[in-house]
Amino acid sequence: MRLYDVDVLSRLMLGTAQYPSPLVLTDAIAASGCGVITVSLRRETANGGSTNGFWPLLQATGARILPNTAGCHSAREAITTAQMAREVFGTNWIKLEVIGNADTLQPDPFALIEAAQVLCADGFAVFPYTTEDLIVAERLLDAGCRVLMPWGAPIGSGRGLRHVDALTAMRGHFPGVPLIIDAGIGAPSQAAQAMEMGFDAVLLNTAVARAGDPVAMARAFGQAVAAGRTAFKAGLMPPRDMAVPSTPVLGMADLGLGGLA
Amino acid sequence: MRIDLNGIATEVSAANLADALADLGYRGALATALNGSFVPAAARTCTPLHDGDRVEVLAPMQGG
Repeated sequence: MRLYDVDVLSRLMLGTAQYPSPLVLTDAIAASGCGVITVSLRRETANGGSTNGFWPLLQATGARILPNTAGCHSAREAITTAQMAREVFGTNWIKLEVIGNADTLQPDPFALIEAAQVLCADGFAVFPYTTEDLIVAERLLDAGCRVLMPWGAPIGSGRGLRHVDALTAMRGHFPGVPLIIDAGIGAPSQAAQAMEMGFDAVLLNTAVARAGDPVAMARAFGQAVAAGRTAFKAGLMPPRDMAVPSTPVLGMADLGLGGLA
Repeated sequence: MRIDLNGIATEVSAANLADALADLGYRGALATALNGSFVPAAARTCTPLHDGDRVEVLAPMQGG
């Protein structure tokens, strides 16, 4: 998979928040086989109190870093956060989130497009967290985005793909654009479904971090994403409305009552 | 002078952002903003502070 001229081997991307411990986080990253992890920026107390060695730990994983602008509610906030992230993390990759509503955490498409225009022009590789709306998607591509990240379901909800028809249409409408399902994935089966539909990758966090055994769940997601991708490439059978016998009917023995007349 | 540092009113005597961060004990991987605009690390020395300025100092954190 090629994202902004970078070859990424794994089609699973993991968030790094909410894990029970730093060790579980790094073990989960390793078990998942993911190649990209998301990080954030937050207020720092003097004397380096809050980072607590977290950043060097993540650097040691070898995974590619995708900083986010989580929590930003305006284009200006998101742009400034992206600029700060580029300096600290040393990458021009940015997962662009501009939240439009505090309850649903759904993207504000107008501010998202505005921020994407500014950041793409400034040399960022923008990964916009967006809805499945096709016109918004086109505007983001017009702005210079070369990857789109439609939501599966609201962030942290674990509901899977809520709008399968709309996502299918989006996949069909943008055949050459890497599309990554971001947010709302709660189970490996849902990740596999996204991959079977032809999406290029999935990004998730809570489903692994809040699992009873995050490391085992990370492994399960890695397997599900790989299986879903293989299935997509293999070509799924078209669904049918009626039963069709899979065992040949020709040559069936006559084992009923009766006999030659 | 009194600045707003990460949302907390803070007394600083340094004339520029770089010196203020050093006086406050900041070190490590940091990014800064002044009144909502990004200030690159290289520009902190030549970024004067004024009474009432809003300074944000951010560091790497876990994220989704």
